[in-house]
Amino acid sequence: MVTGKSSKVGNSIAISILFVFSLVWMFPIFWTLLQSLRPYGDVLKFGSVSWPHHLNLHNYWTALVQSQMWRYFINSFEVAVPAVVITLFLASMVAFVVSRYSFKFNVALLMLFTAGNLLPPQLVFIPIFRLYIHVWVPNFINGDGVLYNTQLGLILIHVALQMGFATFVLSNYLKTIPKEISESALVDGASVWKHYYVVILPLLRPALASLGVLMTTWIYNDFFWSVALLSSGDKRPITAALSNLQGEFFTDYNLLAAGATLAFIPTLIVFFTLRKQFVSGLTLGSTKG
Amino acid sequence: MTSSTTTKTAAAEVTPRRRRRGHSFTKTDRAVLAGLVGGPTLLHVLLVWIPAFCTVALSFTYWDGIGGLNQIHWVGLKNYQQIFTIYQDFRPAVRNNVLWLGFFALIATPLGVILAYYIDKELKGTKFFQTAFYLPMVLSLAVTGIVWDYIFRTNGFVNSIMGDTSAQTATSWFGDPNKNIWIVLLIASWRHIGYVMLLYLAGMKSVDPSLHEAAAIDGATAWYTFRKVIFPSLRPVNVIIIVITVIDSLRAFDLVYIINRGRNGLQLLGVLVYDNIFGEATRIGWGSALATILFALSIVPIMLYLYQTFKRDN
Repeated sequence: MVTGKSSKVGNSIAISILFVFSLVWMFPIFWTLLQSLRPYGDVLKFGSVSWPHHLNLHNYWTALVQSQMWRYFINSFEVAVPAVVITLFLASMVAFVVSRYSFKFNVALLMLFTAGNLLPPQLVFIPIFRLYIHVWVPNFINGDGVLYNTQLGLILIHVALQMGFATFVLSNYLKTIPKEISESALVDGASVWKHYYVVILPLLRPALASLGVLMTTWIYNDFFWSVALLSSGDKRPITAALSNLQGEFFTDYNLLAAGATLAFIPTLIVFFTLRKQFVSGLTLGSTKG
Repeated sequence: MTSSTTTKTAAAEVTPRRRRRGHSFTKTDRAVLAGLVGGPTLLHVLLVWIPAFCTVALSFTYWDGIGGLNQIHWVGLKNYQQIFTIYQDFRPAVRNNVLWLGFFALIATPLGVILAYYIDKELKGTKFFQTAFYLPMVLSLAVTGIVWDYIFRTNGFVNSIMGDTSAQTATSWFGDPNKNIWIVLLIASWRHIGYVMLLYLAGMKSVDPSLHEAAAIDGATAWYTFRKVIFPSLRPVNVIIIVITVIDSLRAFDLVYIINRGRNGLQLLGVLVYDNIFGEATRIGWGSALATILFALSIVPIMLYLYQTFKRDN
């Protein structure tokens, strides 16, 4: 490059600014971590900005065992895993058909799914709520006998909404895979089901992994639907159950900090270990439009 | 397509080893295809589109949710008229949603693009910077609200640094209706900026490197190249970012709900919908009308997105 010196100075300024910015960015998370390690009494005595006299994991123990937060982790797991698996399965089926067969309805169908995913959830939830309090389910699913306040209901709505995005992403992905692979299967006289299950589904693996990581994080992080469709606190996933740690008259904020940290640790682990999938899941839907 | 006689003849014509490409299916194949598309579509339409249209229909009715569907009365545009005239929370909510959109569009989104521009240069420490800016995205909005509460609560970090944490005299960042929306916008941007940066970065990586080289040979500065060459070539990403900015500004709910349930200066349309269904009074008509207003505002970005995405397919 000709403009060596001035761009070097410019770069170091950029680096310094970026460095300060990223420290500011991470500070709130770091701060919450610090609060979670301090006993409430310590903060009460010295103020929240003070030298930490005691640092321990006591708040975590209290949150997990005494406040039984482990139960909400199980709830999150029970909602996110089936929802993601079913969504990916259904979305891959639609994506397979619209990208491998040229039906007239293909584009319209994809538009329906894509637009459905972009609708404000507030537009959908009033009738869903009214519907759920009337739909009968067997007693072993819910003692009240209705779909409202069941994890099944929550899973269904997640599947219906996320399917839009997943179908769109998967069909984009399939369009980048040459059709010849399918054609050789057709020449062999494979049935439609075999074509989907044996040929296409394995090809989709990388995209399914990316979407799976991304959607697990989204569903795990969901707050709106969990609060709207689950009335009893003990059924709620961890993200929505954090408010259980907030008392009506008194809140141990250091305990709450431990709870919040516990709630975001799984997503951080996923992010750091599967970052490539996470990022590509997000960009699959945007750059290959 | 569904006539069984044509299916039979079509099936009879097909020799097991070689078919005419794609268009003649056996009966089983047809059933499988119908199931593959029909099942998921049915679920999606049943749980997303039909409720959406029901909401629009309910917005022209009065229903307090007690009693059966026969208790629903048609009231025409009365809900809308009441919302626009006598619903006190409506104006602040619209103002806040507009503020949200304006703040995202003018400050947060451009900041994300600028960050992406610098990250794309792959300066020293770029991996660290990227991680720092992506982090807020993996946190749920509910956790985000709690995390920032430690910074802005009365005896939180900011007030402690400023030296006043007394409940009587210290600044109440979340309680003061003139300040709290700005704090919320700051927090929401913390998350939005990283998202924009990620999408933009992916877009910039996909730009043909020869564009950069051609501009460099012409003696263009990096910034000039970005403005005149890279930015226009990223039209699809630009559209997506505009759409996300608008839609996220309209949908906003979680953050203010976790802070103070969207009251006292933090009203938002999305929260008002919720309030009218689960609040002290169930006013399904009002809630639906508010949701329909949100929908009407989302139509333009949704259409823009569909147009950008599907124009090549048609």
